Amino acid sequence: MDLSSINPILLLASLMVAATPILLAAIGELVVERAGVLNLGVEGMMITGAVCGFIIAVATGSPWLGFVGAAIGGAMLSLLFGVLTQFLLSNQVATGLALTLFGLGLSALMGQNYLGIRAPAFPDIHVPLLGDIPVIGPIVFQHDPMVYVGLFIVAAVWWFLNRTRAGLVLRAVGENHDAAHALGYHVRQTRLLAIMFGGACAGLGGAYLSLVRVPQWTEGMTAGAGWIALAIVVFASWRPGRLLLGAYIFGGVTVLQLNLQAAGLAVPVEYLSMSPYLATIAVLVIMSAGRAPGSLGRIFHAAR
Amino acid sequence: MIVLEKRPQPSRGWSYAAPVLAVVLTMVVGGILFAALGKNPVTVIRTIFLDPLFSEFAWFYRPQLLIKGAPLVLIAIGLSFGFRAGIWNIGAEGQYIIGALCGAGVGLAFYPMETRLVFPLMILAGAFGGWVWAMIPGVLKVKFGTNEILVSLMLVYVAESLLAAMALGPMKNPEGMGFPGSRNLAQYPSAANLELFAGTGMHWGVVFALIAVIFAYIALAKHTFGFHVRLAGQAPRAARFAGVNPGRLILICMGLSGALAGMAGLFEVAGPAGQVTIDFNVGYGFTAIIVAFLGRLHPVGILLAGGLMALTYIGGGIAQSNLGLPAAAISLLQGMLLFFLLAVDVLTHYRVRFAARKVA
Amino acid sequence: MKRRTLLATGVAAAALVATGLPALAQDKTKVGFVFVGPVGDGGWTYEHNQGRLAIEEEFGDAVETVFVESVPEGPDAVRVMQQMALDGADLIFTTSFGYMDQTMEVAAKFPDVKFEHATGFKTADNVSTYSARFYEGRAVQGHIAGNLTKSNVIGYIGSFPIPEVVRGINASFLAAKAVNPDVQFKIVWAYTWFDPAKEAEAANVLIEQGADVILQHTDSTAPQAAAQAAGNVYTFGQASDMAEYAPMPRVSSIIDNWGPYYVERTKAVMDGTWETQQVWEGIGDGMVGIGDITDAVPAEVKASAEALRDAIAAGETHPFTGPVNKQDGSVWLADGETADDGTLLGMNFYVEGIEGDIPQ
Repeated sequence: MDLSSINPILLLASLMVAATPILLAAIGELVVERAGVLNLGVEGMMITGAVCGFIIAVATGSPWLGFVGAAIGGAMLSLLFGVLTQFLLSNQVATGLALTLFGLGLSALMGQNYLGIRAPAFPDIHVPLLGDIPVIGPIVFQHDPMVYVGLFIVAAVWWFLNRTRAGLVLRAVGENHDAAHALGYHVRQTRLLAIMFGGACAGLGGAYLSLVRVPQWTEGMTAGAGWIALAIVVFASWRPGRLLLGAYIFGGVTVLQLNLQAAGLAVPVEYLSMSPYLATIAVLVIMSAGRAPGSLGRIFHAAR
Repeated sequence: MIVLEKRPQPSRGWSYAAPVLAVVLTMVVGGILFAALGKNPVTVIRTIFLDPLFSEFAWFYRPQLLIKGAPLVLIAIGLSFGFRAGIWNIGAEGQYIIGALCGAGVGLAFYPMETRLVFPLMILAGAFGGWVWAMIPGVLKVKFGTNEILVSLMLVYVAESLLAAMALGPMKNPEGMGFPGSRNLAQYPSAANLELFAGTGMHWGVVFALIAVIFAYIALAKHTFGFHVRLAGQAPRAARFAGVNPGRLILICMGLSGALAGMAGLFEVAGPAGQVTIDFNVGYGFTAIIVAFLGRLHPVGILLAGGLMALTYIGGGIAQSNLGLPAAAISLLQGMLLFFLLAVDVLTHYRVRFAARKVA
Repeated sequence: MKRRTLLATGVAAAALVATGLPALAQDKTKVGFVFVGPVGDGGWTYEHNQGRLAIEEEFGDAVETVFVESVPEGPDAVRVMQQMALDGADLIFTTSFGYMDQTMEVAAKFPDVKFEHATGFKTADNVSTYSARFYEGRAVQGHIAGNLTKSNVIGYIGSFPIPEVVRGINASFLAAKAVNPDVQFKIVWAYTWFDPAKEAEAANVLIEQGADVILQHTDSTAPQAAAQAAGNVYTFGQASDMAEYAPMPRVSSIIDNWGPYYVERTKAVMDGTWETQQVWEGIGDGMVGIGDITDAVPAEVKASAEALRDAIAAGETHPFTGPVNKQDGSVWLADGETADDGTLLGMNFYVEGIEGDIPQ
């Protein structure tokens, strides 16, 4: 065993990258849930985003356009969920699960002719000056642009929810849709927009895997990342700041256990991999602030 | 502008017609999809929906419907009580896994002793395991007001990790050449959950699923428990006045669904699957949630919905092998079927009105 | 009760008739494939599907191949195999270790259908097993890796701690050690065959801890991408060639090449010469392919690696040749002694020089 071979700076740096896809998907789902909608189809939207992004990036040669396409693809798929749950009043849990099934099938069909192709390169940016700061530079300022886009979205969501009127309306809709409706807010429109934002973010998260992390298209490549994103939202008690912490803890456990293994430590991997979920449950129980949005998962129908 | 108006009573006619409409819509849209993939849509639809029931080899496929459908129905019946009462256990997958682990653990502990006691003990252990796993979110909800949707979902991941740990460690078959996975319980007579009548597919899990359907039907229609469940779901305040203890109801509903899911896991691991392996769970717990809703939370509906889901799995397999359809097309079709079934339910509960757009 | 018995006998009779059918009813030879993953996984299942296409290429209209992908290891596998047998398959390849008991079960019901089970150890009159001596390819990789490494640290991404993977680690370590006595292996277990994100993380961790050559026993290209991003790190393709990452970081690869074997066995069925067997074929038989060694490898290393490859293929060199001690220092192979297949198949120990423990 040689723990000195673990470089804490590199560990933290790789953690930021490892956490990015789940962070992106989770921040979208956070907004959706704050609007009172539980969309369990994150995995389906992520994988659809992964394939859409890949196809467009290959076709245009531009990873940036790929990410735009992924966001659109994810949003389109989530629109299906939105129409079903908001206009046809179907149950959100069941619809979300069906969305995952649908998304996995759709993505596999779309990606049939894209196997074994490489995505166009998406180089890291070395932030001038900041990237040269000792210790902090390599951790924070030498990643690919999407890492920063993810962080920016988290900050923007925090600002939106806490500092804007529209954010207030969204939270009101999530806490008590009947009261929000009575106050004259558009519950369905608000939720539909939130759902589409969630789909777009999940799409970005999926495309981060297919364009940056792997970068290739293979069926089922999200391998459960969407489900982890759902867990992180809960862990974060629906707060953007804690979401960042949650994503880094979830990503960190994996990176850390791999580091310990490589250093020659016998790690009970299966037991360790349970720990973030058990921690999430503990957070739910302990933090009184960890209360779910009041209308989460409930169907809204405006009685006239 | 189209407006939905809540019906005072769910429409009886639509509750029967809507699922049929959904299946027809799926066939039409699915047919277009298959045509786009270059297959004859009529052949594909016939293969998926009819061949398992009426083809040359239907005598083989029909029992398979029971094997595939039984765990779905058993789990969905348990879930339906909670769903009716507004208690959301979506962690049946985890309870299914833990039930299988506990049941298999008992069976493996007795190996190779042959006694009639083993299998009943395994059933009890399976039900107990699922019950315990479901009581965690139940108790947390009652004691701390924690959201049961999220806790039960988290526990699925924990259960999956436990399953892998067991298959790779304590439960590994000592004669398995070092490969992960337990002994095959189906080859250990005292623990095996075999077909009760050869060639019928009827194993104990199917029997329990059918019993569960009957009991659920009676409980909902005749028993005060069923009345309380329905009341709690439709009018929580009225339920409280009627003397329904919400905490007790949560514990009963969670426990019931967990125990049934655990039993489903046990029947699967001791019979059709045979072994505890890393990938033992194939999503029955999640699919059962969909089945429960497709069946409109009604026992008979769940039975039919479970059959329909099983049909698409089996028909999908035939279509893959005989027509060269990719598996992805099948899961797309299933997703579509679910969307349509969920969407048309609106017709049962709401009346569609065309109203002139009001200017605000 | 009576009706059930009647039904059961009817089924049994139908089964008898059906089993007689395949040989009579058709002239085309029908070959079925049961796949554990999607054919688009780019790795394990992808290569088996390439083998299927090789059969079609070879025999054209004389054969018909069918496949079902993403079949879970359990009752679904039984159903799919049986369905293929009923539909007249003459030969069925079941391409995952987890199908072992299911293959045996279905094969017992269809004595006239031949079964070929990949990587298992149970056979019957109509069940053969086949597997590849991937460790031979691992030795070539180890040879190249030992020569290339400057940090003397080689990273190894394992999937599950099973004999197949442990064998690969030992083979590559011995070969690397032979050319570079200072070499050290860092091993991480991903506990998955395929999870791009996790594999990428595993590769990054190894690179951060000083590895400049990465060997992988997982199927995605994520480690290749991670190595490329890191710069001066060498990798090897796994399962498929992964040539899109050549010449750097991918400097060579192990390719699962099932085609020749599938063609040979199909031919045996057509000729009526098929007999049960247990084969374990390596580089010499063409089942293990060594992908092109790129120019990123110094010419003399490339030449010696190719010499080693050819010597193994010709049977002149065995990757496990004594003197070799086990990790605890006890003697495993005396000087000049080669490992027997039995020990290799159940290998659950590291050889001397590898640090760490195999997770239990």
